[in-house]
Amino acid sequence: MSTATTYRTCPRSGLQFEKNAESLMKANAFIGVVWLLIGGILAIGVVLTRWPAVHWLPADKFYMVLTAHGIDMLIFWIIFFEVAVLYFASSTLLRCRLATPRVAWLAFALMLVGSVLNNVTVFRGASSVMMTSYVPMMAEPNFYLGLILFAVGALIACFVFFGTLVVAKREKTYDGSVPLVTFGAITAAIIAVFTISSGAIILIPTWLKSVGIVHEVDALVYRTVWWAFGHSSQQINVAAHISVWYLVAAVAFGAKPMSERVSRMAFLLYILFLQLASAHHLLADPGLSTPWKVVNTSYFMYFAVLASMIHGLTIPGAMEVAQRRKGYTKGLFEWLRKAPWSNPTFSGVFIAIIGFGFLGGISGVMMGTEQLNMIIHNTIYVPGHFHATVVIGTTLTFMALTYYLIPVLFKREMVLPGLAKWQPYLFGFSMYFFCLVMMGAGTLGVERRHWDMAFGGSPLAYEWPGAAYLMMGLVGIAGVAAIGGGAIYILVTVGSLLFGRRLEDGEVSARFVPLPRAAPTVIAQSYGSAGFAAPGTFALARVFLISFVLYYFINWKYLSTLWGLS
Amino acid sequence: MSAILPPSERVWYKHPIDRVEGTWIAIALTWCLVMFFMMIGWHIWGKQNLSTETYRTTAEQYTAKVQAMVDKYTVRTETEQKIPVVAAPPGSDIFLVARLWSFWPILELENGKTYRLHLSSMDYNHGFSLQPANINIQIVPGYEHVVTITPNQSGPYSVVCNEFCGIGHHTMVSRLYVK
Amino acid sequence: MSDHPGNHGDDEHGPVPFMQQLLDNPFLLLFLGVLIPMLLYNLWGVIDILTVPVTK
Repeated sequence: MSTATTYRTCPRSGLQFEKNAESLMKANAFIGVVWLLIGGILAIGVVLTRWPAVHWLPADKFYMVLTAHGIDMLIFWIIFFEVAVLYFASSTLLRCRLATPRVAWLAFALMLVGSVLNNVTVFRGASSVMMTSYVPMMAEPNFYLGLILFAVGALIACFVFFGTLVVAKREKTYDGSVPLVTFGAITAAIIAVFTISSGAIILIPTWLKSVGIVHEVDALVYRTVWWAFGHSSQQINVAAHISVWYLVAAVAFGAKPMSERVSRMAFLLYILFLQLASAHHLLADPGLSTPWKVVNTSYFMYFAVLASMIHGLTIPGAMEVAQRRKGYTKGLFEWLRKAPWSNPTFSGVFIAIIGFGFLGGISGVMMGTEQLNMIIHNTIYVPGHFHATVVIGTTLTFMALTYYLIPVLFKREMVLPGLAKWQPYLFGFSMYFFCLVMMGAGTLGVERRHWDMAFGGSPLAYEWPGAAYLMMGLVGIAGVAAIGGGAIYILVTVGSLLFGRRLEDGEVSARFVPLPRAAPTVIAQSYGSAGFAAPGTFALARVFLISFVLYYFINWKYLSTLWGLS
Repeated sequence: MSAILPPSERVWYKHPIDRVEGTWIAIALTWCLVMFFMMIGWHIWGKQNLSTETYRTTAEQYTAKVQAMVDKYTVRTETEQKIPVVAAPPGSDIFLVARLWSFWPILELENGKTYRLHLSSMDYNHGFSLQPANINIQIVPGYEHVVTITPNQSGPYSVVCNEFCGIGHHTMVSRLYVK
Repeated sequence: MSDHPGNHGDDEHGPVPFMQQLLDNPFLLLFLGVLIPMLLYNLWGVIDILTVPVTK
């Protein structure tokens, strides 16, 4: 069966875009960025209210804005963009037509309608239940309906992705195994299927409760199953942004994965175990047994942490190998000094890798330890952690990818390149600081999702230490700087789409050009005597490990001074 | 550019691994196992493990138990709301109610003595955040969670709700005394 | 291994190892990736919760 479509070969990247897939990628990425813009505007309200000296919004508005900020950023922005990444990793990288483009547009429409319906409902003001919407606190029915429609759309998009893999295999558009980046996208899509199924299992009865058909949804069952949706949706991000890291290593350096086997086995560990970490949110809960907590919170003996540590070595390692091959071999770090630091695609990704590992990774494992969670649960340390993973890790990576896609996919020359060059630094480093001070305040016990540190003058109010107020003030300042960095991103991307010089399409043909295998490189044959192909990366990895071990045991020490609990 | 191309070898799985990767995998795996057994080891040798003793309950059943304790062991009241301060004997079961938007009653404990602290919520999810000790436990409606506690420092403590529970969430704060 | 004398995998016709066959099969991976967390996390978790005894 042949479908009438055309293929465009991009003259700037050599990538081949199928017409339907290209339009769908543009639409999904664009709507994603619109949600990022809305979520970013809402962030102003959150940050300026939690900054104690400013304390801007009244309580009802704050909780409404915080609810929308969480959903728009963690669900809508990221999943719209991820659908674009899935179509890119299947159709573009495999040079294959997209399976069932009409169904893909249906998925897009469902996601769009669902996300708008959810947000409109939130802004009516009676659904300020936070992203988590724990029962029995109820939102209006359309809050859940919007999320369900969005989830169904996203699930359909995942199956369009799987369908495209089938088409590519059947029509032999590539030879051998799928590229590593596509394999990473498969990982993300698999996690997405689990995530969205869990979301459906719990949100559909909750929606039925909100319209009066179902009488009770158990509070603890809700928390357990909801987190299989809420946390795993962020694991989709991890798989997706790590795939993008491999992609950027390939396009920015021509880097080859150090070992296909190692990288793919690491993704396999994600597929099997990463979703279990949803238990991180239930370690301080009643009712769940200790073995359940230990097995799940540790991703079955920390196998997904092992996988992340592997990716953390192999991605910079692949960059190092590629740079050394170009002759940057002096000392441990010449390869890094001579990296293209003024290219925002590279700098964004590198800042994301370091921030995700050092800030997001270490803090996540620490607070995901069953006992240590008691000193962290529901404090502002938690958003400190996930802003390091989701904002520094995923959002910054997707921003970096956008800079690559503006000329390649959107066929526009980037406007304000000078500003774009600085954007990853401003956004990334202000987020580093933001996360650090948030974790600092959380270590002192400051609550998340709380309108007033001073407890509104309650007679039994607790007086937070001055350091906590100082930290929260710094959270405000760093947050404002990060929002500025986000605004530059929006300015550059939207400005480029509107005013950027139009670039040529490249050659259009009615048939795909089959994808060859990668040429064997020197490194593939020179293994053996030399060993240690990436000594600089290994040194960085050791610094990471030492920080990890120290921080981990410092927290055990802190825990051991607490009241006896058994 | 081969992460975006199919692997060059058909059977890439047999391609040897560079020593830098092999070494790192061994180190990382060791560390992962250390962390895993640390959690289990703390259950055996550590003194801070969250109990999982839990019972299904209702607001009425739980209120009756709390009321019985308050009737028996109240020593004084505090604030204009006359919140009872309850000093139950060491070793006994003590109860705390979380509801919109207060904790009830105020508990008074003896330093170094062990108590069975029961936690439950009358309505929404709430949080038990003991400050400045910084012990944080989730309180879920319909469930009675029994945590055995042994205070190790005397002084006034605060109990802060750290689970979002609606518009009055920021006023949900109480005390706990250790003598 | 003994059937693999070369120093890297240049065999274009030899058998594909089992693990590579698994990694090349997205639908088998999808099955495992949904089944394992559904059992270990969701099902086990819900069983734990449903077996909580009623208060005395």
